[in-house]
Amino acid sequence: MEIKTKDYHVWYDEGITTVFCKGFLRLDGMEEYQPIMDLLIDAIDLQVKEQQALTTLNLRELEFLNSSGISMLSMFVVKVREKGNIQLLLQGSGEILWQTKSLKNLQRLMPSIKLEYS
Amino acid sequence: MNISPNLGVNFAQDDMTQTSTIKVLGDFCDRLPHTEEYLTINFSPSTAPRKQRWGNNGLSADFLGDYFAAFFPGDKLPDSKIGKQETVKGSVSFIANELLENAMKYSQDSSKLPVNIALCLYDRQLIFTVTNHTDCREAEKYQTFVHEITTSDLDELYTQKLELAATGAEGSGMGLLIMLNDYDAKLGWKFETLAELPNVMRVTVMVQLEV
Repeated sequence: MEIKTKDYHVWYDEGITTVFCKGFLRLDGMEEYQPIMDLLIDAIDLQVKEQQALTTLNLRELEFLNSSGISMLSMFVVKVREKGNIQLLLQGSGEILWQTKSLKNLQRLMPSIKLEYS
Repeated sequence: MNISPNLGVNFAQDDMTQTSTIKVLGDFCDRLPHTEEYLTINFSPSTAPRKQRWGNNGLSADFLGDYFAAFFPGDKLPDSKIGKQETVKGSVSFIANELLENAMKYSQDSSKLPVNIALCLYDRQLIFTVTNHTDCREAEKYQTFVHEITTSDLDELYTQKLELAATGAEGSGMGLLIMLNDYDAKLGWKFETLAELPNVMRVTVMVQLEV
């Protein structure tokens, strides 16, 4: 599972049940985010199938995310919440402004999210 | 900072279009005080599809971020891994990108009127002004949302709209709510009608950011 363009790279590392997002994501609305959303959903479905309890989203090298992208993350968080028994770990960077400003707000949707800044 | 309504810079469009203001909402000031440091970008109305032009929003926003960050060299912030320069760069880039995305998304292409973004730097504040032209029905929907923002509890509205955005709904207004809540920005709006284009409304958004 991988999407790679000149602006961003999103991939799932099955061995460590982690989805990595890297680069600059400024896509035009939810429709354009759908392929990334599909990758995220496929990753959770696979984890449920393999009875993995922890899913990790590593955003440490995601330099930019627009508000449509933040909406996509909120959609992902709600999908994880609906599964009921998966722990979500968000790995962010304390050196990237949007992450220090906005990532914590995803806990509004799922207070049990663990947020870890490097 | 106090904004005097009667002197200083006016970034109104110079396209000679006759307008009449019908509504001003939130923190909006028509004539900004004089500043030596400002930058304005006008985007000509284009026949190229929106998708083809989309990358220009991020490009322009990053340019504005880099341009204004240069006024804050080497400033360190206590208790943060991010210095003042990077903070200005990141905030300007995020806010300008959101404002431009909205302006482009809701612009009435057939009106052949430009989109304009201006940034003014003051002692402790940056002020963004973005103008576009949209059809009256879109402008009315926008006014309803602005009314909701200006009269609701921000914390509750943020959570409510984040839940809405999570359903995949477009137009949840998260961009504006993020500016208000996460970046502590102040927002204001002006809606104007155009004498020669009765179905088109000029919308100006003003964002004030402490720096």
